[in-house]
Amino acid sequence: MIPVSVSWLPSCTLITKTIESMPKTDKHTLIKYVILLLAFISGFAIMTIELLGGRILAPWFGSSIYVWGSIITVFMLSLSVGYLLGGRWSLNNPNLFRHGFFFLLASITLLPVILFGDSVMESVFVVITDPRYGSLLVSAILFFVPTAILGMIAPYSIRLLVENQQHSGKMAGLLFFVSTLGSALGTLVTSFYLVLIFEINQVLLTVSVVLIISGIVAMLVFQFQASTAND
Amino acid sequence: MIKSLVPSIPIQAILGILVAVVLVHSDLAHARVIHKERSLYRNIIVDKTKNMLCLTFSVKRKEHNQSCMDLRDPDRLVFAYVRMVFAALLVNPAPQKILIIGLGGGSIPTSLNKLYPKASIDISEIDAAIFRVARDFFGFSPNEQMKVSISDARVFVKRALLRKQQYDLVILDAFTGDYIPEHLMTREFLSEINQLLSSTGVLAANTFSTSRLYHHESVTYQQVFGEFFNFRMAGTSNRVIVTGKANGDKYRLPLRSTLMERAELLTEPLKKLGIEIRDYPLYMSREIDWDPNVKPLTDQYSPANLLRD
Repeated sequence: MIPVSVSWLPSCTLITKTIESMPKTDKHTLIKYVILLLAFISGFAIMTIELLGGRILAPWFGSSIYVWGSIITVFMLSLSVGYLLGGRWSLNNPNLFRHGFFFLLASITLLPVILFGDSVMESVFVVITDPRYGSLLVSAILFFVPTAILGMIAPYSIRLLVENQQHSGKMAGLLFFVSTLGSALGTLVTSFYLVLIFEINQVLLTVSVVLIISGIVAMLVFQFQASTAND
Repeated sequence: MIKSLVPSIPIQAILGILVAVVLVHSDLAHARVIHKERSLYRNIIVDKTKNMLCLTFSVKRKEHNQSCMDLRDPDRLVFAYVRMVFAALLVNPAPQKILIIGLGGGSIPTSLNKLYPKASIDISEIDAAIFRVARDFFGFSPNEQMKVSISDARVFVKRALLRKQQYDLVILDAFTGDYIPEHLMTREFLSEINQLLSSTGVLAANTFSTSRLYHHESVTYQQVFGEFFNFRMAGTSNRVIVTGKANGDKYRLPLRSTLMERAELLTEPLKKLGIEIRDYPLYMSREIDWDPNVKPLTDQYSPANLLRD
């Protein structure tokens, strides 16, 4: 896969130059931190979306325990599928460009929640009278795909971080630490502050934009990695 | 380590402390707990003093009585805010189809059923445990005219709209717990309720009169209904919002003189319930005493619980 050319961005050139001027070990550390930061962001995003999911479903299915049950079930299920697929795809030429692609995809698949959320919920509400199964189906339709894609990021990141067998457990631990910390913070910030300041769609749109930026950053870093690898 | 510590505390001492705690506690409360359960949504406590049977959601008793029944005079409505809900009858004195959101001890539907035996009363209550407690302890008994649906009010209202149901009186009494169901405070929910109202329909909502929420909530009601009666009385921190169906064209609430005429007619039947309806028109204000510039509560923005401080 050939990365898109982004050298027309002046700031990117600046980053390129900064990275190029770094000693090799620093470059390596920088890439590691970028991967960890991205994992943090995906952990944050997952929980922000999950918490807002409860809010999105409430007007149609209430906010009872079974609505949360539906949402959590779908998120756990989609994450588990995401982990499996992300791990599998990490076998085939893993690189930061593909890694960034997951973020772009997650961002795009999140948009239907904003654009078609209400019409999806209305159709399901009319067809399924039991709010338990209604909320389960709606959660699956709206949240399964973006959450599964965000779930792919964790195992893929581990593959990118690991260089040898000895430190693989340490790297996995570090990654889980960072991404789960992101999830904890995402939960807290969303429920304590974001809902007080912003509308649901504003937060979702911001998450979507942050994911796009994250994806682009990953792709940029890949490009510099590739351009400096030949030196 | 832990095991070796346990026998060193004399069992008598523990018992002594326990007995003391129980004694002091029961002495302070002056009430005997006759039923206690933890439902899906809350703690439910029924306690009984000499003449009063009360339903409480909070562990701190006496602070948050939801519903009380005077055992010497079970028809009398004990709480001011419950009585205030009946101000809706000044806007529509003869409701035939009634929807009550939030059952509590069931005193509102029971009273309405006695006042209007022919009216059909639908009740939406989220907590099945509340229904059982109302039935088993507070003498609430559903009948042909009075039906309880265990459902989230938002879901009930949306389903009722699909069935093209209309109500002459909607009573919204879901905000008495420690936690506010935020999806029942939004502009969207209120316009769904407005759609449920018949052309002469009236809504009475038992809501908040303090905190930042007062402003946000008032603005939300104003956006949906235009004018409304803001009904507050001494002795309760609740306020009751009374308003009629908004039809797109300007809704006109009845004049004070009309309210007073109707109050005269209702005085006798409401006396048994302990409602001094004749006093009510004086306190039903249309004055805007909130900040009209705050954000309305919507499905997109409804941090009701966070605005409560």
